[in-house]
Amino acid sequence: MDFHEYQSPDPADTIEPDAARAHLVVIGNGMAGCRAVEELLARDAGRHRVTIFGAEPHVNYNRIMLSPVLAGEKSFDEIVINDHDWYADNQIDLIAGDPIVAIDRTAKTVTSKAGRTVVYDKLLIATGSDPFIIPVPGHDLPGVISFRDMSDVDAMLAAAAQGGDAVVIGGGLLGLEAAHGLTLRGMKVTVLHLMPTLMERQLDEAAGWLLKQALEARGQAILTGADTAEIYGGGKVEGVRLKDGRDIPASLVVMAVGIRPSVALARASGLAVGRGIHVDDHMVTSDPDVLAVGECVEHDGQVYGLVAPLWDMCRALADGLVEKHTGYRGSVASTKLKVAGLNVFSAGDFSGGEACEDIVLRDAARGIYKRVVLREDRVVGAVLYGDTADGGWYFDLLKRQEDVADIRDVLIYGQVFASGGRRADPKAAVAALSADAEICGCNGVSKGQVVACIEAGNATLDAVRATCKASASCGSCTGMVESLLAVTLGDDYAGERATKTICGCTSFGHDDVRREIVAQGLRSIPEVMQKLHWTTPDGCSSCRPALNYYLLCAWPGEYEDDQQSRFVNERLHANIQKDGTYSVVPRMWGGITSPKELRAIADVVEKYNAPMVKVTGGQRLDIFGIRKEDLPAVWADLNAAGMVSGHAYGKALRTVKTCVGSEWCRFGTQDSTGLGVKLERMSWGSWMPHKFKIAVSGCPRNCAEATIKDFGVVCVESGYELHVGGNGGMKVRATDLLCKVATEQEAMEYCAAFIQLYREEARYLERTAPWTERVGLDAIKTRIVDDAEGRAALAERFLFSQRFSQDDPWADRAAGHDRNHHAPMARFTPQKEMA
Amino acid sequence: MIGDWLDIGWLDEIPPRGSRTIQVAGGDDVAVFRTGDNRVFALADRCPHKHGRLSQGIVHGNAVACPLHNWRIALATGEAQGADKGCTPVVPVRVSGGRVLICRASTLKAAA
Repeated sequence: MDFHEYQSPDPADTIEPDAARAHLVVIGNGMAGCRAVEELLARDAGRHRVTIFGAEPHVNYNRIMLSPVLAGEKSFDEIVINDHDWYADNQIDLIAGDPIVAIDRTAKTVTSKAGRTVVYDKLLIATGSDPFIIPVPGHDLPGVISFRDMSDVDAMLAAAAQGGDAVVIGGGLLGLEAAHGLTLRGMKVTVLHLMPTLMERQLDEAAGWLLKQALEARGQAILTGADTAEIYGGGKVEGVRLKDGRDIPASLVVMAVGIRPSVALARASGLAVGRGIHVDDHMVTSDPDVLAVGECVEHDGQVYGLVAPLWDMCRALADGLVEKHTGYRGSVASTKLKVAGLNVFSAGDFSGGEACEDIVLRDAARGIYKRVVLREDRVVGAVLYGDTADGGWYFDLLKRQEDVADIRDVLIYGQVFASGGRRADPKAAVAALSADAEICGCNGVSKGQVVACIEAGNATLDAVRATCKASASCGSCTGMVESLLAVTLGDDYAGERATKTICGCTSFGHDDVRREIVAQGLRSIPEVMQKLHWTTPDGCSSCRPALNYYLLCAWPGEYEDDQQSRFVNERLHANIQKDGTYSVVPRMWGGITSPKELRAIADVVEKYNAPMVKVTGGQRLDIFGIRKEDLPAVWADLNAAGMVSGHAYGKALRTVKTCVGSEWCRFGTQDSTGLGVKLERMSWGSWMPHKFKIAVSGCPRNCAEATIKDFGVVCVESGYELHVGGNGGMKVRATDLLCKVATEQEAMEYCAAFIQLYREEARYLERTAPWTERVGLDAIKTRIVDDAEGRAALAERFLFSQRFSQDDPWADRAAGHDRNHHAPMARFTPQKEMA
Repeated sequence: MIGDWLDIGWLDEIPPRGSRTIQVAGGDDVAVFRTGDNRVFALADRCPHKHGRLSQGIVHGNAVACPLHNWRIALATGEAQGADKGCTPVVPVRVSGGRVLICRASTLKAAA
């Protein structure tokens, strides 16, 4: 390595106090300590005699530039801030490689590890942070390191020279930089991140997702939601095992899960310490002769892990030392990061709150995401991904609290646009474009072509899309095309298109979104929101459940269900009641039960004091008044008697209702209960756009009321009549007859095909009745009855997706999964009785 | 001052875009929410409309949709959004060193 070890004076040397000047001793030779000394020297160079103790054997270097050193972009010499000459020129005694181990505030001395004791007049603690090491088994194995100082970089470089696999634990700023450096050095890197998205403290979900995509494209494996169970190896690290059982081999493990203010020394000396060393506005600790600065301090309840606040702290500290007090007032944080050529920026409070507005710009083609948060016409936060050129400008607007009402419409386009005088309304901006300016990048359509298309009589957005293809693909130029319609047609433009959007978060309708999910291969909610230009950061209670369903339907077995995008009933697998308790309906196949099941239900009712049991319209027993906390125990008891979830709570297959049929009834023509049980066994557990009910009646007397069900079978002597699209409820609709089939086998196949057609093509929260009316019975018959091949393919897709959905969700919860959904986070018992 | 804030646990115990509850002996629960971008809020677990458990709603942006009738409640103010009118008591929260703290006095008031 090309850095120089600093030769400190021999410990036996005594350092004589200079009576003329106050002696300032600095613990910490890092960025904060040296910056503070620089600030002090700039104000009054002769005021103090300075001694700096550093734990590392180096001169003062720029710690945040360790990443480029690791990546091979810089040498150590290039990141040195102050070289030996600086110390010599300013008569600073540097004692490097010898950490201070004790402070005696009564005697006003510090003692180093090597045994030096030095007297101070003023003491400055700038010990920075310590890397946080998760105390998992194996954390102390050779080969497990942190990423904090030059020795860590050396260790990583030595490991990389051997090649092989590395694991970085922690997907924050530091972890990602370590991962990037190791990747460039030729290691195969896996990043383990506990949280669902990367850098969640600096980035919102959308930006975190984009970052993950881009890093994966650069060859890193990124596992989110990855909880480390242990680091294993015989004598040295060999791999990491996760709590879910996954096993990642590695010869190097970099632990970069976070940093903690380094306060042990201060605490041992009796200074006031919270999360950091308590300081006032002048960086003075609870002892007036002891100051502290940097990442080790806590000011006004805040600790900072970034470099920018240091500058302000050091300024205030130096002003105080020369008795021209100005004071530190806290910092607004901003983060600008570049990893593997990816630009990321965040500043301030980018989550909003009361009266906050989000302005979001997504440019899927260029991989850009920008979000500016306003409160009362002032910028309070920003997240930028892909294009961070305007980060400084937004940060400046934020710090100055400038009123941006005048430029609000164009704020998101950045400083050049906002201040370039082109801030007239978007119509004027589009009108000003030349005829050959490109409007639609996806289909290469110019403004001239769009205008010609409109002038040829295409007076709506859909007509324009159908004719010249502008805005027909990704949709990001929809606004521009609409502006062109308005400009070209003037008063003749009818305005907004007729297609109803999913919700206010998007300009796309349900069918558009479903088509694009499949066409573009979109596989997660953030990805859909990014590629389809959602205008809100994380959607709303209308679009999120819809997207979750569409993804689940499009990618069976691959898509991981998002619990937080589910309505409470589907999250807790029970029905919420108005008093906040839940009702529980175990599945009874085809409405048939047994003494064992009935006994188990009776026992549950008594054991959990359920106030009511009710027979439902779908031939089930509904147990009311179960507390959220008791649900897993109730399910365990019902599971023990062989019963599974009845999905009475879901947009899912609810019940198959049957009459007794030929087995008992003198009118019965076929085994309706038997067929009902088979249909329920086939279709239970499937998620649907809305609830789905089936019934099988054994004869045309139709005791199972099959003709007001989503799928109804009416048995006749010669076979089975299949009915579709019925429901009871607010607007009763009797079924339409789909067709008649001869065998049970066929009835099953038609049922599977119909369910899958509904699952794939109906809109979320659209039951089969309105869906059938919207698309027409003929369209359904064409697909299910006339097209045998298509029917078989639909049925096959349904059965395939069922392979992943027929796990009893109750059994999972009863076994302790997602315990958080049920248990309170804490219980609080006030000492005094409540009023 | 010690005693003004109740330490209820780690931030990571609350799922992003989710919520957990605090049981208060002798009173209603308090719901603690965590948004998609890691802001934490607490409200009485009681919709101003028909007392639905807000903790069970879908958290989006800085609001939660009540599970009973889909009222949208602003997490920062407890105010119903849009055309609906009503307000749920707010409990001040802070996050310190990864721990979530809620205001003791407001908790007692909200639970009463």
